Amino acid sequence: MYGYQLRATFEESTGGTWPLNIGQVYTTLSRLERDELVRPLAESGTGQLPYEITDSGRAELAMWFATPLSHGDRPRDELAIKLALALSTPGVDVSVVVQAQRAATIRKMQEYTRLKYSTDRPADLAWKLVVDAMVFQAEAEVRWLDHCEASLLRHSSPPMPKKTPGSAHEAENEAGREATR
Amino acid sequence: MTILELRAVHRVHGAGQTAVHALRGVTLTVGAGELLAVMGASGSGKSTLLNLAGGLDRPTEGDVVVNGTVLGGCSRRGLAALRRQRIGYVFQDLNLLSSLTAAENVALPLELDGMKVRTARRLAQEALCEMDLEGYGPRFPDEMSGGQQQRVAIARALVGQRRLMLADEPTGALDSQTGEAVLRLLRSKVDSGAAVVLVTHEARHAAWADRVVFLRDGLIVDTSGPMDQPEELLTTPGGAE
Repeated sequence: MYGYQLRATFEESTGGTWPLNIGQVYTTLSRLERDELVRPLAESGTGQLPYEITDSGRAELAMWFATPLSHGDRPRDELAIKLALALSTPGVDVSVVVQAQRAATIRKMQEYTRLKYSTDRPADLAWKLVVDAMVFQAEAEVRWLDHCEASLLRHSSPPMPKKTPGSAHEAENEAGREATR
Repeated sequence: MTILELRAVHRVHGAGQTAVHALRGVTLTVGAGELLAVMGASGSGKSTLLNLAGGLDRPTEGDVVVNGTVLGGCSRRGLAALRRQRIGYVFQDLNLLSSLTAAENVALPLELDGMKVRTARRLAQEALCEMDLEGYGPRFPDEMSGGQQQRVAIARALVGQRRLMLADEPTGALDSQTGEAVLRLLRSKVDSGAAVVLVTHEARHAAWADRVVFLRDGLIVDTSGPMDQPEELLTTPGGAE
């Protein structure tokens, strides 16, 4: 398989959610060849240079599938840093920062969901799983933002007043729902 | 066409120093073919909003309008009739009467409203078919899975002339796949003209909505609608990298 074929196959498998630069594909192939994980075959009549995977490459690939991803290598989380700085910067309302991010993230989730719902590729499981991954990652961010907001409230609220008959009903409703969740 | 409208709605529980302002001037509309999700922390006013929209509670100030009828102007009997004819409810659990079959549960609001039993049962069967429950009419709730029961509840909520459904965490007790299947069917009902208000804590469920409103301390603090060009989402750094 040569570079353009690799790119097309990759993008088809991931539903176009991770577009590749063709230069990046060939740079990666060169590195793989250097590490003896792939080897070049004879150039085709149309000037394309196909590659095939080596035994070492298969072993490396099997290892990659078998090894959980480490999140330690991820770049710094800009959102977490933004919220941390917002807390210590005078004049910044952290709850507004949290809400702006939450609304933007949910908007992304709405679009992912719409894509999934409106797809005419119901049998394309690979594509669906990739979109699902995006939905669940975004959901995790929203849950973390909810947690941040609750923490902010807890740290800024005065001591709880005694419950009134009016508030008890609402509180019980909410508590009941929390308990069943 | 607007199905539900809240006009500067306030709801205060109690009075004086102990008064609790559950809603503080909420204005919103939900049209036919629209799914509106309401999100907010516990105590933000979500349940109060849903109760007012369904005529189960009355606002302290402002108006709730369903299908052009101001609920505050209805007699108790008129309000009950409007609820039976126009509004359906779906909750997380305790939706169905266990002594009635699925078809009887769905037909119940129509029969209570005076419809002939045969006609009501026919409409109930149609509603069940739309929820992919053909053949499940004679089953009792305890003979069905949680997802099937929720689909029966949605069929009942939107049977006959009902076009407004108020749902409070309707998939909260279901696993991820079953919940998604229920939301997919709910979405299809919306796309064929129903209006739905969905109260939820779950962003993944709210993402099925056309609009998401965020409540905090009884106020709408933000609204999230869809992007104009969704295809850009998958090629932007925030979306795919």
